[in-house]
Amino acid sequence: MSTGMTGRTEQAPVREVGRARTRKEDARLVTGQTTWTDNMTVPGLLHVAILRSPLAHARIERVDASPALEREGVVAVFTGADLAAGLGSLPCAWQVTEDMILPEHPAVAVDEVRYVGDPVAVVVARDRYAAADALEDVWVDYEPLPPVLDLEAALAEDAPLVHADKGSNRCYTWPLVSGDYETARGQADVVLRRRHHQQRLIPNAMEPRACVVVPVPSTGEYTLYSSTQIPHIVRIMMALTTGIPEQKLRVVAPDVGGGFGSKLQVYGEDAICLALARTLGQPVKWTESRSESYQAQHHGRGQIQDIELAATSDGRLLGMKADILADMGAYLMIITPGTPLLGAFMYPGIYKMDAYDFHCTGVFTTRTPTDAYRGAGRPEATFAIERTMDELAAELGLDPLELRRRNWIRHEEFPFTTVAGLTYDSGDYAAATDRATALFGYADLRAEQRARHANADPVRLGIGVSTYTEMCGLAPSRILGSLRYAAGGWEAASIRVLATGKVEVITGTSPHGQGHVTAWSQIAADVLGVPFEDVEVMHGDTRVAPQGMDTYGSRSLVIGGIAVHEAALKVVAKARKLAAHLLEASEDDLDFADGVFSVRGSPDARKTIQEVAFAAFAAHDLPEGMEPTLNAEHLLDPDNFSYPHGTHLCAVEVDTETGAVAIRSYVCVDDVGRVVNPMIVEGQVHGGVAQGIAQALYEEAVYDDAGNLVSGTMADYLVPAAPDLPDLVTDRTETPATSNPLGVKGVGEAGTIASTPAVVNAIMDALRPLGVRDVRMPCTPERIWRAVREAADSESSRKEDAS
Amino acid sequence: MVSPAKDQAPMPRASVARISVNVDGVDHRDEVEPRLLLVHYLRDTLGRTGTPIGCDTGNCGACTVDLDGATVKSCQVLAVQADGGRVTTIQGLAGPDGAWHPLQTAFHEQHALQCGYCTPGMIMAARDLLRETPDPTPEQVRDALEGNLCRCTGYQNIVRAVLAAAAELRRQGAPEPRGQGVDVPQVSGQEAPA
Repeated sequence: MSTGMTGRTEQAPVREVGRARTRKEDARLVTGQTTWTDNMTVPGLLHVAILRSPLAHARIERVDASPALEREGVVAVFTGADLAAGLGSLPCAWQVTEDMILPEHPAVAVDEVRYVGDPVAVVVARDRYAAADALEDVWVDYEPLPPVLDLEAALAEDAPLVHADKGSNRCYTWPLVSGDYETARGQADVVLRRRHHQQRLIPNAMEPRACVVVPVPSTGEYTLYSSTQIPHIVRIMMALTTGIPEQKLRVVAPDVGGGFGSKLQVYGEDAICLALARTLGQPVKWTESRSESYQAQHHGRGQIQDIELAATSDGRLLGMKADILADMGAYLMIITPGTPLLGAFMYPGIYKMDAYDFHCTGVFTTRTPTDAYRGAGRPEATFAIERTMDELAAELGLDPLELRRRNWIRHEEFPFTTVAGLTYDSGDYAAATDRATALFGYADLRAEQRARHANADPVRLGIGVSTYTEMCGLAPSRILGSLRYAAGGWEAASIRVLATGKVEVITGTSPHGQGHVTAWSQIAADVLGVPFEDVEVMHGDTRVAPQGMDTYGSRSLVIGGIAVHEAALKVVAKARKLAAHLLEASEDDLDFADGVFSVRGSPDARKTIQEVAFAAFAAHDLPEGMEPTLNAEHLLDPDNFSYPHGTHLCAVEVDTETGAVAIRSYVCVDDVGRVVNPMIVEGQVHGGVAQGIAQALYEEAVYDDAGNLVSGTMADYLVPAAPDLPDLVTDRTETPATSNPLGVKGVGEAGTIASTPAVVNAIMDALRPLGVRDVRMPCTPERIWRAVREAADSESSRKEDAS
Repeated sequence: MVSPAKDQAPMPRASVARISVNVDGVDHRDEVEPRLLLVHYLRDTLGRTGTPIGCDTGNCGACTVDLDGATVKSCQVLAVQADGGRVTTIQGLAGPDGAWHPLQTAFHEQHALQCGYCTPGMIMAARDLLRETPDPTPEQVRDALEGNLCRCTGYQNIVRAVLAAAAELRRQGAPEPRGQGVDVPQVSGQEAPA
């Protein structure tokens, strides 16, 4: 620090990065001064309602909209055929294999509906009630076709087809083979096979989707306000789908009430509203109801995983085989086929092994399409390896932590290239595990567990372990290219130091609850040496932040935040040149600290960055060749993914007489590298763990045999409320990432990825001594009760056989 | 298909009811369809969009407001049921000088919100709890908020915030009485919906 040399006596200011700053975002949100998309209104606004298929699979014989048109307040009604001329197929950006089946996906069905909720007709009316009412008067004749619901049956030769013209329900088969698994298997003392079911989940961001389109007919310009995580991607895709030239289309993500992947999508409703505004020349708004969103927003998960581990008798892993069936649903949306493959690299987890054999087959069904939901492929992979590791530990009679210790990558082995081909830059699995076991009281809980088993306590104690890592920070563009994804994974930031010395940061990320405005302010303030309060962060409007790849896959900090850091360094570099010019000193003789350039050895020769910014603005006296104003831009393409990790431990009490599960304690020690704002990080962990617990215990999108979504309202789908979730004990270890200058790692999905197997492992740990081999998620009281009963029945019949 | 002639015709009103409602201290008189939900009256008629809608089944609680001293989910109440009543929303919680309610402050300080969509309802429900139970246990807070869903926070910081606000309200020694301290126009004897 140069404070002594500049003669300043005050304490060095607290650095912003690492501080638990309360959020700049909150003031509007706690006072109701919000800009949710559904809040918006403009003169002449028309309201849109969408008629959706009540059948899972049917041919559309006839649509008669004329009765609806007779209704008061109705302006127009459009069928799929009416809209088809102006709208292309909805996009899928991830052709995962050359021969992947990519069906046509009209925003409004034309000939055939393929899931309950598939749009069939669109009503435009003067108010939202009139639009909703008029749906009753659009008459559709359907010829039912057989639903396709079972992933294995769907692949049979004679199975009914979701897309008859494609000849198969097999969308693709994608392999990842490394080493020789058959050899590894041949050398193994133990080969353990398990099948895991990843139920379908409904993301349930608290804000349902909405969009508003405001056209300027005379110029052909359109502004689309949409409740989206990805305004930049939506802009490109809507330009391609609607034919509106990209430069004439502005997309704004106003306040967005959560996403979790559900708003990482290019939805038909945005395209429909653009087409309607173009045809009618008037602004239109569509807002979904929650029940509608359960059918119309993409779902997550939906896999059957056949996992095989080959190991020696002392618990050393030799190889892993994973055969995955992944439910695509009826159509391929933006990254539907690629979502399960984001997990493909993560099945080996934190473990060393010689061989890995992965195959994933995407299967079409007559259900709502699947796509990214918090973690996107990686929760499924982590569940598979962590659940199966616990099973292997039980098989070998080892403590589950001991089995992990024998196989995990040691701290001194980083950077480490895994059997799946990823290079993990950093990590310390032992440190996180040691911290977690200490906080958890692992040994004491094990002792209590043994005592309660010995006493045949009807309420069993179970301990679940999850030592996870994940790949996030999506993603290096060249890797996305090699995986056949259509776009890159860079991120943009620009910084303007204004004439008055205040700072504007423009980011290409698009936050919807993550606190980027606060965190990016901290990052920029540190580099520029300006007060946190002087920084404004702007985002989510393609006219304000024209470049960006948006927010998903725990990418924002490690790519977008680092881009802000780099842009700020460029600003300082330019300011240094100008300061040297103004101070008539060499750049090399300048110190820069706390926002002040000073000449070494001449404490009075100093310029603040604010003074430099004004000089750059006035531009009266710039060095030769320097452009006016103090601005910089940085586009960052990462070299590697980010690999946060951690150890989660869960203790459950399972009442074997009622099947009820109570989480007694939950400890998570996460290593997300260096932390910008510990309060925000803790919040991300809390929410992430809550969603992972929800998959383990509560949530499932249930379809009946006809393909109806039975859990079709918030009254039927159990989003956990406050009494359903425990208090978490959170802590961190800090192993800085070596892949970026701040040493930060992603955190948005880590909790969700880690927690589901910890909870289910705990339940199984409680029930395994009773002979229970598995409980499917969600582990409801009924399922646990039945599993305990069935185990008891088979135990007594085994005894009878023996006698 | 575009409707031929009537697209600019005024919307007919089959039947309308006259209502008079005080919302966040301001009297409003309107003619509304009898079926109009209170939340749509607040948002679409009055432009009080601080109260959002999160579901259509009364489960999420995002639209929770205070109606005559009791919290209601405003998507489960008709505007006509609020006739003669007094509604307080998140936009009416701050004091006349703009000072935040202790719950608003605590939610900010304890990081009890991320996307913030559930926050208005959460704060209104918590306010109701603290009127009845000024010194709640964490379990009482969790139980009281059972009808309000949050997808971002896992509730842990929401519980912290409500406990912190409770302590602050006790410190101020003035737990908020039922109904607001402002002059309340005479309510026309109407029962607040459950």
